[in-house]
Amino acid sequence: MTAPTLPPAVGGNATSSPQRHGRLAAALLSPTFIVLALIILYPLISALRESMYRREDGLDESGFVVEGDRFVGIDNYTEMFTGDAAGRFWNAFFNTTFFTVVGVGIATVIGIAMALVMHHALRGRGFVRASILVPWAVPTAMSAILWQWIFQADGIANEILNTQILWTTEGFQAKLAVLIADTWKTAPFVGLLVLAGLQVIPNDVYEAAKVDGATGWRQFWRITLPLVRPALLVAVLFRVMDVLRIFDLPYVLIGSRKESVETLSMLAFEEANQVRYGPAAAYATVLFLYVAIIAYTFVKLLGADLIGEARVRSKETKRRKEAVPA
Amino acid sequence: MSRTGTPRGRRWLLQLGIVIIVVYCLAPFYWMVVSAFRRPNEQGENSWLPSTWSLENFEAVFGPDVGFGRSLLNSLVVAGTTTVLTLIVGTFAAYTLARLNFRFKNAAAGIIIATSMFPGISLIVPLLKLFTEIGWINTYQAMVLPSLSFALPLAVWTLATFFRQMPKELEEAAMVDGLTRGQAFRRVILPLAAPGMFTTAIITFIAAWNEFIIALSMVNDEKMQTATVAISRFTGITGFDSPFGTKMAAGVIVTVPLVIVVLIFQRRIIAGLTAGGVK
Repeated sequence: MTAPTLPPAVGGNATSSPQRHGRLAAALLSPTFIVLALIILYPLISALRESMYRREDGLDESGFVVEGDRFVGIDNYTEMFTGDAAGRFWNAFFNTTFFTVVGVGIATVIGIAMALVMHHALRGRGFVRASILVPWAVPTAMSAILWQWIFQADGIANEILNTQILWTTEGFQAKLAVLIADTWKTAPFVGLLVLAGLQVIPNDVYEAAKVDGATGWRQFWRITLPLVRPALLVAVLFRVMDVLRIFDLPYVLIGSRKESVETLSMLAFEEANQVRYGPAAAYATVLFLYVAIIAYTFVKLLGADLIGEARVRSKETKRRKEAVPA
Repeated sequence: MSRTGTPRGRRWLLQLGIVIIVVYCLAPFYWMVVSAFRRPNEQGENSWLPSTWSLENFEAVFGPDVGFGRSLLNSLVVAGTTTVLTLIVGTFAAYTLARLNFRFKNAAAGIIIATSMFPGISLIVPLLKLFTEIGWINTYQAMVLPSLSFALPLAVWTLATFFRQMPKELEEAAMVDGLTRGQAFRRVILPLAAPGMFTTAIITFIAAWNEFIIALSMVNDEKMQTATVAISRFTGITGFDSPFGTKMAAGVIVTVPLVIVVLIFQRRIIAGLTAGGVK
């Protein structure tokens, strides 16, 4: 820890008056924020506007040909929730949620198990850490093709399992195929993050627990899990955000317009591809809100501390500054 | 370490666990490599090794009417440009978040992290319309600019953790010696941060290289598509074989260089990937 009595930086232009830093910080941050505003904020607002329009080709009341976008207010949204296509929307909504809850759940359990094994194993740690990066480095679209090959009717999966499942056809098995492929790619990554969390737990905590007679299982629930919770929460939050926008995997592995695996991202993509920008933008906006609500819930309710490090730092320096008489 | 007291049984269990993890991670990858080296008409075999090793699938990938070489080049250009732009823009932001004190610091950090959770499709829909109107469909910039949306937050975050790990005293000493903050940054911090920047570059490059939905949406000309999109669109070229052999060979070409780079720099990459999550 830095001593709170550290002398203030002296000399040259280095006096750290908060204003000076403020201006410098603004200057240095502005390129990033300008880029983010252009490629995220602008599309977001634009999508919101777009979602209130609908493309019209046809004749108006007096028989003239009209072509172009017509303002329809929230019609695209009401159509989505209750109209003809509502079934498709709710199905996609359910699939997205299903993949998120089940997929992240499985990946978390397997990831924790992997991390525990890696943490306690004596031999082969370097090798296992190297192999764990392989699924992460494989492009998702490529992994989807790879699993499509594994899941062929006469493929290796059916041969090993001694089954004859048509994995990539409509039905629950398609969901399962997506979950398996997703877990393969993401569980090791969760394991990696949890392992990093395990490694910062000081060993004497366990020594003390052992003295108190805590057994392995109790140790895990009472010490290990609470102490890796911050790292785990961040890992889970990132996984959740990632699966909520899942697209590549079901799109390539199973295909588009497949009811069993169609997600909100796929639905919006499909609509945009049909040049139905209005409904597409409405789907995308709903997905965005869904993601935002869940992220907010995670941070507020579960206390996932994403920017914890920055916060600790600023507190530290504040203390430092207060200790120094101006 | 107090592991010497671990009972034999538990040790065996742990070693078994290690083996299971390695098999879990590598088996599908192994299957891709093995399938790539089979002869096309032996593609249906499920033996652990190809009965005849052959490069026919690889020849098919680079066949004249596939244009996969061009796709690889496109991927390189898009991912490379994205990485360079991201590092140029993001380094300043990362340094600021790691080192300077200012009001709204948490807000700034929060906004950047929040953008990394932004669902890609939400920006693709409006950008697709915009790019169509200004004639940017089938251009590199139509893929690079949207890619910044996920690459930039990722790079800023990873870089900031690397900057934080460097002792603060270094710059302070440099500034005491009469250097301005800018000079201290250029002459002291940047050279020391080079390994961290390199690692960030690898992580960003991999993320951009693996990107799919943007490249799929913004391009409909085969000549401009990236490798990931190209593979997903492979159809049987030779007619008699299932195109999976070709796809697997293309997969090997796309992933093996990445895997090698990742293995060489694994320690650093793990440090870069995990630093954000652990305090």
